Amino acid sequence: MTTLLYTEVEEELRAAVRALLADRCPPSAVLKRVESPAPYDLDLWKTLSREIGVAGLLIPESYGGAGASASEVAVVLEELGRGAAPVPFFTSSVLATRAALDAGAADLLGRLASGDTTAALAVPFTATPYHRAADTVEASGTTLTGTVADVAGAEAADVLLVPAGGALYLVEAGHAEITTRPSLDLTRPVATVAFSGAAAARLGSCDVAEVLRFGAGLLASEQLGVAEWCLETTLAYVRERHQFARPIGSFQAIKHRLADLWLDVVRARAAARNAAADTSPLAVAVAQAWNAGVAVHVAEEAVQLHGGIGMTWEHPIHLYLKRAKATEIALGTPGDHRAALAELADLPG
Amino acid sequence: MDVRDRIAGLLASADPADQVGFLRARFEAGLAWVHFPEGLGGLGAPRDLQQVVEKELAHTPQPNIGLQAIGLGMAAPTILAFGTQEQKERFLRPLYTGEEIWCQLFSEPGAGSDLATLATRAVRDGDEWVVDGQKVWTSGAHHARWAILVTRTDPDVPKHRGMTYFVCDMSAPGVEVRPLRQITGEAEFNEVFLTGVRLSDDLRLGEVGDGWRVAQTTLMNERVAIGGTPGRRGGGMIGVVSDTWRSRPDLRTPELHQRLLKLWVESEVTRLSAVRLREQLAAGQPGPEGSGMKLSFAKLNQELTGLDLELRRDLGYDDWSFRRSEDVDMLGRGPGYRYLRAKGNSIEGGTSEILRNIVSERVLGLPSEPRIDKDVPWKDLPR
Repeated sequence: MTTLLYTEVEEELRAAVRALLADRCPPSAVLKRVESPAPYDLDLWKTLSREIGVAGLLIPESYGGAGASASEVAVVLEELGRGAAPVPFFTSSVLATRAALDAGAADLLGRLASGDTTAALAVPFTATPYHRAADTVEASGTTLTGTVADVAGAEAADVLLVPAGGALYLVEAGHAEITTRPSLDLTRPVATVAFSGAAAARLGSCDVAEVLRFGAGLLASEQLGVAEWCLETTLAYVRERHQFARPIGSFQAIKHRLADLWLDVVRARAAARNAAADTSPLAVAVAQAWNAGVAVHVAEEAVQLHGGIGMTWEHPIHLYLKRAKATEIALGTPGDHRAALAELADLPG
Repeated sequence: MDVRDRIAGLLASADPADQVGFLRARFEAGLAWVHFPEGLGGLGAPRDLQQVVEKELAHTPQPNIGLQAIGLGMAAPTILAFGTQEQKERFLRPLYTGEEIWCQLFSEPGAGSDLATLATRAVRDGDEWVVDGQKVWTSGAHHARWAILVTRTDPDVPKHRGMTYFVCDMSAPGVEVRPLRQITGEAEFNEVFLTGVRLSDDLRLGEVGDGWRVAQTTLMNERVAIGGTPGRRGGGMIGVVSDTWRSRPDLRTPELHQRLLKLWVESEVTRLSAVRLREQLAAGQPGPEGSGMKLSFAKLNQELTGLDLELRRDLGYDDWSFRRSEDVDMLGRGPGYRYLRAKGNSIEGGTSEILRNIVSERVLGLPSEPRIDKDVPWKDLPR
């Protein structure tokens, strides 16, 4: 039976991820890292992927993975969202892994499961499951040529999985030119990936739209985590911040806004759990149409309700605002997902 | 005996053609509300077992939840929590079967959101109490045999401490029910004037002066009853608007389409939250999410009924006549009625503003506003 609750196994996984992040990458550490030459925390990623074993969650046991469900992956994403964690879990262990599964790339799946290899799907992070633009990379025999813009997770990847002509190709990262550009989301920068006659191995056929849809459904759980952190941090702040000789959280003008935000987050949790348990196009579109906007709205309100400190670089809220706004655009905007619902829910325009 | 055997026994012995007779037999079998104690319509069983009973008995006569909403949703849990054994035995069965309808005498012209400031007085006279005052917003008072009533019994202490809760006999001399016409044209609610009404002390529910605590039980149940039942996907009020949309392509505009899709999504995530809440209750992990359901429901209902009217470009209205209505008929009446009636959703059963206070203070742990009325005797409050 489909359930929207968390299982005990999921809660244990959550606790392990949360404890690791609290120890190794509190928001202050993330803030320091984002302007360094290495925005991704690859040491943390090693611990997370190998010791906690999150890299192989989606991969069947026969390939050396954990054979877990999307619901467990969703819990990890909630925690990584709460931490605005600069690790390539979503890009490698969700998007690229789902593509490798689709292509039946047994050898690669084994390496992904062990955490030895990190991958990125060479598709713009702005691509949607609904209107796939033509591939910008062409295969010619065993080489690839072309450029893909706005690839997330590319600079943390050892290998790139590249869709071309209906098939998925593997290119060693060293054979591509990866140019990270200054990105709105400091914790998940995007890069332009160029191939000029790069040596490539064909992995199999791959339905990229389905991969993006699967990713979009789970991204709703990351957005939930972002919204939860913003709400909890703001609640703590308004209880403590005094103006007019009382905590600002005692003013109804503030309390009522927070009550409404909480209600949005409650519904985002239900939508995220539903999209993890039921990865149908309708459940995914509902979760993205709702959660993407909620994460942005809660982050924006968090900035406002923190007042002056919320506008400063030193307070980590902006990391969450940037993550929220970037994921709102990624894998289809709320408007794209609503447009899809016109057909899915039989409400034609 | 296993609950399925009880259900089978009930179905074998009771005649479903006889509504009251069947419900009486269901009550006697402990299948009315399984979490109530044995002998009072229940089995002392876990609450989630009720879902099994409801499923098995779905095709049999059901209590009239429109007419008896207050009785089933509010009076029954309060009587169970605070009533004496005699009161439970006297009131619960005819309440369940619908033989005796209940109403609620809480709100007053001067005490709405600030219910605890209420002024209806009850003065002790031997074994009786004499009640004087005015209540308002009382649905179903003209059908009701009994009412749940909160009164002021001690004006000399701060307001929350001087109240006492009663069961009021609606047939007693001095009880006068007058219809109260609403913006919809009809009179679904009433004003109730209480003049020298004598209630015997055995109609008191809970201790003298403990009325606020008893009333809290009633109000918590009210909010769960109003917001807590998930329907099917795309059903309820979004279904009404969706049907209009599908059947009238001539009315569609891009702007209305965007609003409809947004509200469809909001309806669906709200429904999923209600499903999740019910799963939490069934798993014995009640979460605070219930406090918010009524807020979501009120806002959605108002936006959807407004959109429906606008979509239809309907300048008519089905019926302005000043008549008594039996219950809220959101699906049977026209779009104009639905639009107007939905305005009450954010007022009845706790205004949305009060509910936001409750969520922010009890769920989110935010401090309350400074209060000037907490330690002042009720009689000295400014009014």
